[in-house]
Amino acid sequence: MKKAVFQLEPLTCPSCIKKIESTLGKTSGVHSTKVLFNSSKVRVEFEENQVGVQQIEGVINKLGYPVTSKKVS
Amino acid sequence: MRWIHKYKNVITALSGLLIVLAFIANKAGYSITKEVALITATVIASLPIFLKALQALRLKAFSIELLVTIAVIGALYIGEYVESAVVTFLFLFGAYLEGRTLEKTRSSLKKLTDMAPQEATVIRQGEIMSIGIKEVVVGDRVIIRPGGKVPVDGKVITGHANLNESAVTGESVPAHKQIGDQVFSGTIVDDGYIEISAEKVGDDTTFAKIIELVEEAQESKSKTQRFLDQFANIYTPSVIVLSILVFLITNNLLLAVTFLVVACPGALVIGAPVSNVSGIGNGAKQGVLVKGGEVMDQFSKVDTIVFDKTGTLTKGKAEVTDVHPFTNEDPDELLRLVAEVEKVSEHHLGQTIVKEAKQRNLDISNDPNQVEVVKGNGLQAQVEGHYLVIGNRQLMNQQDLFISEEIDNYATRREREGNTAIFFAINNEIKGIISIADQIRKDAVEALAELRANGIKKMVMLTGDNQHTAQLVAEQLGLDEYHAELLPEEKVEFVQNLKRKGHVVGMAGDGINDAPAIASAHIGLAMGEGGTDISMETADVVLMADRLKQFAHAYALSKATIRNMKQNMYFAVGIVFVLLIGVLTGYIHLASGMFIHEASVLIVILNAMRLLKFRPQQRKEFNIKNQPAYT
Repeated sequence: MKKAVFQLEPLTCPSCIKKIESTLGKTSGVHSTKVLFNSSKVRVEFEENQVGVQQIEGVINKLGYPVTSKKVS
Repeated sequence: MRWIHKYKNVITALSGLLIVLAFIANKAGYSITKEVALITATVIASLPIFLKALQALRLKAFSIELLVTIAVIGALYIGEYVESAVVTFLFLFGAYLEGRTLEKTRSSLKKLTDMAPQEATVIRQGEIMSIGIKEVVVGDRVIIRPGGKVPVDGKVITGHANLNESAVTGESVPAHKQIGDQVFSGTIVDDGYIEISAEKVGDDTTFAKIIELVEEAQESKSKTQRFLDQFANIYTPSVIVLSILVFLITNNLLLAVTFLVVACPGALVIGAPVSNVSGIGNGAKQGVLVKGGEVMDQFSKVDTIVFDKTGTLTKGKAEVTDVHPFTNEDPDELLRLVAEVEKVSEHHLGQTIVKEAKQRNLDISNDPNQVEVVKGNGLQAQVEGHYLVIGNRQLMNQQDLFISEEIDNYATRREREGNTAIFFAINNEIKGIISIADQIRKDAVEALAELRANGIKKMVMLTGDNQHTAQLVAEQLGLDEYHAELLPEEKVEFVQNLKRKGHVVGMAGDGINDAPAIASAHIGLAMGEGGTDISMETADVVLMADRLKQFAHAYALSKATIRNMKQNMYFAVGIVFVLLIGVLTGYIHLASGMFIHEASVLIVILNAMRLLKFRPQQRKEFNIKNQPAYT
């Protein structure tokens, strides 16, 4: 299990939270997703042999939220 | 596709201009120009909205943008160009303004993270090199020059400097640090030069923990917020059902979609969190860490505060005021023996005695053995072939040591003068008394008066210290109650008793020895210079600068935050009803509905922003001199 934190551009609509959390939640290999609305971060716990960081980043980007930086631990 | 998002602001401005142009054209009678301008405005402003809706749709996610897109297409279809242009413009402009204002409410956190150091200068193998902050490891020798930022937590090993510690404590008066002193990541060397040995690096530094704590706190939900979430959970589906009903009854698609768009609970969803973020942000800037919305809520209801005395109401930096022998022996020699035993003590009074012995240049190199600590009372041990018992009156009684009238009178007199009297017996005979005095914090009187003015009904002091000292402090500070000579577990018992009686209890202590009592209160406050790990973990509110004024500020802030949150909630719920009824009765159309909706979101954000500037009213200065011991 790995943890990644993605920094997004400032989030403005609270409905984004649900959108990102539910879409990532449907991605296989993703254990948990938490959107930190006020710091505009997405915290994801995932199984690294099922899904890659690039893939998760891709999903967030495709939803229309460009990822500005990321930290994997 | 990216450039559309990138130039969203330009698009917004352009569509705004086109709408203005359309109105001018209309006044001048050029109706074709007007139509063209409006349609162009609609098309360009729809682009980013349409795109977002599509992106979400591709991933099977539902979005507000989709609703707006449907509404706009509907409006275009029936030829309502003014509506379509104004709605798309307002949607984009609203999002822009919300972004800008939200940024302001988050600014305190942003400022904090911006203060995080990026690189460090270290000496490795005799070579000075500049490395990234992540590469610093524990044990590295780090150099900090004037104007430089301390990159990691550590101890000063060479040099001395004045440090601005506001990033950690909120206190802007520089603190002087010299060899052996603790320095924190994120603080700045004002003048001077220091080299430190790295002790905590990366995410373990106090500064990193503060940021994480504040981030977490701002996300955590209060009761009000949870209530609103529940409300939104019922509300959103019922609005969808209602809009379908509206469509079935009136057969008017535009009205149904308008209903959907306008009923989106924007202000409702954002109202409570935004107050919280501002409130917590304000606290963080002042060196007050409030752990979340729930804590804010509970703290604002506190009516009884229990204080620990030493280190909370007083400075906790006690000094030896006298070493009084009852025999003809040399006071320095007696102090030397006592200090040798107290070397192993973790109690602050013991450490004070050791410090005094060192200041008197006494040789205390012999280590004691068979040390036995009697919790809350003192300790006993063997040193240099003598058997020593050091502690309070109770310990002397427990050990059946005879307290003569002379000794008793002397001790009582010293205690009346505000000292803590520490008895010591050598080989079963009481040889003398060491007096230690602590000072009341300078801002105590003022801070307590402020707390009372803000609604605290009862203030109690608990202390393990003696009756006389406790009484003096309690009288000087005007406390309602005090209890002396308590053990840590008795403090816990006392707090629980108050809770049972229905008080909402806040317990303030210095974090380490008061941790159990702090944990058992409704709201635990820790005073921690720089914040110890334990206090940051157990307490609900952490006062980073060790000032009681911060306490008063935190309490007033919690009340203001909850008040602000309630205002937002009532306002948002009110607006939702106005909008729904307005749409159904035909008074509010798509454009005007969107306007009211966006305006209401902005109003709740602006209202929350007032909290950023919140400051309790200044009261007139109380003057309390630094007199000893009227503690």
